[in-house]
Amino acid sequence: MRIVCPFCGERELGEFTYLGDAKPARPAAGASEDDVFDYVYLRDNIAGAMSEHWYHAGGCRAWLKVTRNTLTHEISSVEPAAGVGAAKVGA
Amino acid sequence: MKYSIFSLARAAFSGHKTWQRTWRDASPKDHYDVVIIGGGGHGLATAWFLAGEYGIRNVAVLEKGWIGSGNAGRNTTIIRSNYGLPGNTGFYELSMKLWERMEQDLNYNTMVSQRGVINLYHSDAQRDAYARRGNTMRINGIDAALLDLSAVKKMMPFLNFDNARFPVQGGLLQRRGGTARHDAVVWGYAHAASALGVDIIQNCEVSGFVRDANGKVTGVETSRGKISAGKVGMAVAGSSSRVAAMAGLRLPIESHVLQAFVSEAIKPLIPNVMTFGAGHFYVSQSDKGGLVFGGDIDGYNSYAQRGNMSVMEDVCEGGMALMPMIGRVRLLRQWGGIMDMSMDGSPIIDKTPVDGLYLNAGWCYGGFKATPGSGLVFAHLLARDELHKEAARFRLDRFRRGAVIDEKGVGAQPNLH
Repeated sequence: MRIVCPFCGERELGEFTYLGDAKPARPAAGASEDDVFDYVYLRDNIAGAMSEHWYHAGGCRAWLKVTRNTLTHEISSVEPAAGVGAAKVGA
Repeated sequence: MKYSIFSLARAAFSGHKTWQRTWRDASPKDHYDVVIIGGGGHGLATAWFLAGEYGIRNVAVLEKGWIGSGNAGRNTTIIRSNYGLPGNTGFYELSMKLWERMEQDLNYNTMVSQRGVINLYHSDAQRDAYARRGNTMRINGIDAALLDLSAVKKMMPFLNFDNARFPVQGGLLQRRGGTARHDAVVWGYAHAASALGVDIIQNCEVSGFVRDANGKVTGVETSRGKISAGKVGMAVAGSSSRVAAMAGLRLPIESHVLQAFVSEAIKPLIPNVMTFGAGHFYVSQSDKGGLVFGGDIDGYNSYAQRGNMSVMEDVCEGGMALMPMIGRVRLLRQWGGIMDMSMDGSPIIDKTPVDGLYLNAGWCYGGFKATPGSGLVFAHLLARDELHKEAARFRLDRFRRGAVIDEKGVGAQPNLH
């Protein structure tokens, strides 16, 4: 697997570390116990195209949002994750 | 058919042409008391214990491919019970005791080899942690011995003892641990379960659950038709989330890929199963002579049954740090299996919130050694509707209650960014 980093170009997998599914959003401070349990423990564990967060630790150290098929490892899109990096490139 | 020295002799004199199929490839009936989804080691062991121990013989095991084609055939065949946390210690020892009598129980040669499992330690802190784990094991009646450097040197003189960064200082040894032949375990359980009347149905993929008006599961829809069932048990580690989703359940599980490797055959070298404590590398030598080894999961969600080069490199670096001479050995085969990575690193054996549906999942990368124990406690749950006392902590609701069993301190991924 190689990931085309929008800042560094095509790089080998070993440069990246994985966070997981990009869908779960941290519940607000006053959220219910159920919401927190759901966020911390439960997973969709998608078989197919999944949007996920990767960190380019061995390169630009940017967080990326990668859409990858978990059945084939095929990557269909890579973009900067929301935040300062994304703002810099106008994403 | 019963196997013995006499059956072997008889078959030898007739040119080995009289062997019969060791288990019966069944077609599905309309109804079973218990249907087990998943024809791996755990599913087949569950069926055998249901029939033999709990007297429920109208049982079917449904397998979407051929039996043992999933993780049962994709592991490094290690058996051990060197766990330190309440919940794990008793359960894995139950399993270890079942390994020790498996061949007699099943009348099948599963090649259980108690050659010992040694975890090497490389620092004072790690020695203390291993001593603690060893003491926990001994308090619970499990054998453990803390070896110092000279004992390790005598046992494995071929290790690199000049590693300045990660010096080998000693190891924690469980002499009763070892290996077993993974495929034979599958065939052995199929052989014994089939003889008790269990239907083993291959190429039968479950595509949905049949529910009654109250939501109770009363059967399964499969690629070979509808099958009604009193109870349905899932033993489909790797695909647990996908099967549970058909019943509307979300699980605390991520599917990850774990790679394993076999080298070309070399002369007898490694006398036991050993692990490198400064990285993650475990190795044993098969009877054919190949070094069988593995390391960490790749670290990203996957259902692809294949991994990537960076982890392969990492695993081999661990091996090289421990025994540099294996750098001359060529890799023969490599494969990937899909692990049910639960959020605390421990399994789940429990009823689900859906009536009539039972769950056996979340084995992370420790499923093989648990095969007989898992079969017994899951059969107990299916037969009696109560948790076996040695598996009482493997509850599905433990995450919500905060009663996690975090033996290694990581779940699907460690979040050490």
